[in-house]
Amino acid sequence: MAAQSAQPKWTELAAGTAITVPGSARFNRTGDWRSVRPVWDHAKCIRCGVCVVYCPEGCIGWNAQGYPDADLEYCKGCGICVRECWTACIRQVEEEV
Amino acid sequence: MSGPIVAGKPVGMEVSIAIAEAAKLADVDIVAAYPITPQTHIVEHLAEIVADGDLDAEFIPVESEHSAMSVCCGTSAAGARTFTATSSQGLALMHEILFIASALRLPIVMAVANRALSGPINIWNDHSDVMANRDAGWVQVFAENGQESLDLTIWAFRLAEDKRVSLPVMVNFDGFMLSHVVEPVTLPDAETVRKFLPPFEPLQRLDVDAPRSLGPVGIPDIYTEAKKAQLQVLLDSYGPILETWGAFEKAFGRRYRPVETYRADDAEILMLTMGGLGETAMSVVDERRAKGEKVGLVRIRLWRPFPFDEFRKAVAKCKALAVLDRAISFGGPMGPVASEVKAALYADAHRPLIVEFVVGLGGRDVTFADFHRMWDETAAAARAGKAPAPRMVGLRE
Amino acid sequence: METQEIRFHGRGGQGAVTSATILATAAIRQGRFAQAFPSFGPERRGAPVVAYARIAGAQIRNRTAIQQPHFVLVLDPSLLRLVQVEHGLRPGGTVVLNTAKDEATVRKEFGFRSRLALIDANRIAREEIGRPITNTVMLGGLLRAAELVDPKVVAETMQEVLGAIGPRNVKAFERAMAETTVHEARG
Repeated sequence: MAAQSAQPKWTELAAGTAITVPGSARFNRTGDWRSVRPVWDHAKCIRCGVCVVYCPEGCIGWNAQGYPDADLEYCKGCGICVRECWTACIRQVEEEV
Repeated sequence: MSGPIVAGKPVGMEVSIAIAEAAKLADVDIVAAYPITPQTHIVEHLAEIVADGDLDAEFIPVESEHSAMSVCCGTSAAGARTFTATSSQGLALMHEILFIASALRLPIVMAVANRALSGPINIWNDHSDVMANRDAGWVQVFAENGQESLDLTIWAFRLAEDKRVSLPVMVNFDGFMLSHVVEPVTLPDAETVRKFLPPFEPLQRLDVDAPRSLGPVGIPDIYTEAKKAQLQVLLDSYGPILETWGAFEKAFGRRYRPVETYRADDAEILMLTMGGLGETAMSVVDERRAKGEKVGLVRIRLWRPFPFDEFRKAVAKCKALAVLDRAISFGGPMGPVASEVKAALYADAHRPLIVEFVVGLGGRDVTFADFHRMWDETAAAARAGKAPAPRMVGLRE
Repeated sequence: METQEIRFHGRGGQGAVTSATILATAAIRQGRFAQAFPSFGPERRGAPVVAYARIAGAQIRNRTAIQQPHFVLVLDPSLLRLVQVEHGLRPGGTVVLNTAKDEATVRKEFGFRSRLALIDANRIAREEIGRPITNTVMLGGLLRAAELVDPKVVAETMQEVLGAIGPRNVKAFERAMAETTVHEARG
């Protein structure tokens, strides 16, 4: 099933209700849930990658300068990276409404 | 324990061993099972033939039946031909995962050596284990002897893996009454089985090169549709069941039908059995026919999906039908088979009188005398035009 | 051939089930119909156990317990003090006993009135097999008492089922065929 509509008829479901589109979780833009976002202090960051590993969304990657950065399309602002960071270089900044 | 295993002619073989040999003939890739009486000899024999290199399969010794069925789901989803076997408490422990296997359309084959559920602890035969899993969405069949146990196990893979079906299949055979009996069984030759059962090509599989997700959440907006789709596939398996039994008959010469009868054509009083009691019941039919009584037997081979039309046809002309249940639906209408049968006939204008018996619980022997008494009582009920309340046969009171 | 039912009394581990299996397997090999089954239940070494066989000329459509056997085999003489081995024996039935005693003594001690087949199975088993495992010996006693199955086919089956210990068991079985004494029922 190439395009799974939001409200498929029973005849339109894949066998066993499988999800046949790989990586379809990315269609769910969890960044909408965010009220705070992580900001890295590059002066303190040692680029250890702990935040990359711990991010439950898998949305922290490496930017062009070689520092970790969150993809704000998916970052839910959960704060786990802030909690886990060894050097306490990440802080939460309120999103403007 | 058995004599040498030869294809093509009847050899004395324990029924459990015959089922293990069926899994071997089906060339299964995975056996994940936990031993439990009276299923143990199946997994012992499979473990042995895998260890001896006679079957190129992975034998996965798990720590429980819950794990066994979980492993089966994983391996079947990965595209491996998967077999397991269990009984009683083991089936109960699998309960949760049985529903997942069917919902995910995983063509696992499982032999169930039917045994009573605890308590009190009882390792002997009845059907309370399978009845507690009646609604798990599996295709469920019953065997009456060793040959049928072997045949239906081989056939189960063919049906399960049919892409129109792709559902798990449970082959029920009575614990001890069948599982521990050495009797004549004819093993088909491997080549004929290979032709009947082509290599497993799954409907879908977990594959890193073509990723998909099996078993995601089904929110309220999807769950109803998912259940309808699952129900329809099970109902629609009826056609492929008849078709694959036809193919089986062509390949092996033995015929299976969803409902099978014995001397039933002109019978006024019929008896309905499921599983190993059928053969003894046939002998009792012969005894009563010899005395000129118009009696016959109806045996339900296919329990799920229930063969409503064939069943209605089989009992259409009789005056009274004795239904033998091997389990109790506590606080309900007594026997699960009888309540099914009554529901099947509810809308029909001409319904036979139904007389319900619960027999052979927890290994209680059902003797010829018991069968004769049940037939006498059913005939008396037919004469009176009124069915007595359901009765537990052999109960001391 | 009318269906013949046989009950084996032994102790867990003495091979009662194996001998029932050998007998039924041999009958099937000979083109007959047969069943062999244990007394359904837990298996415990040393405890008194029972195994059964049915042999018939036509397909056996009977899965009830055997209540009235034509033959009863007693593999272990010590069971005579624990179990009523004659229980349910059909009129005209035979008890095949492992005993070193003579007919008069056996009848006097245990009150047997049925037809008896007596065999000192412990001695034969010790001499031929090296251990007092009497199950295959007792099959010799049974087949001496009644021509249920061709003894040659039983010997072949025994050889195949038992493998390496087959030849010694076959020899013990054949000796039992020769040495068993049969005594008709007493009123």
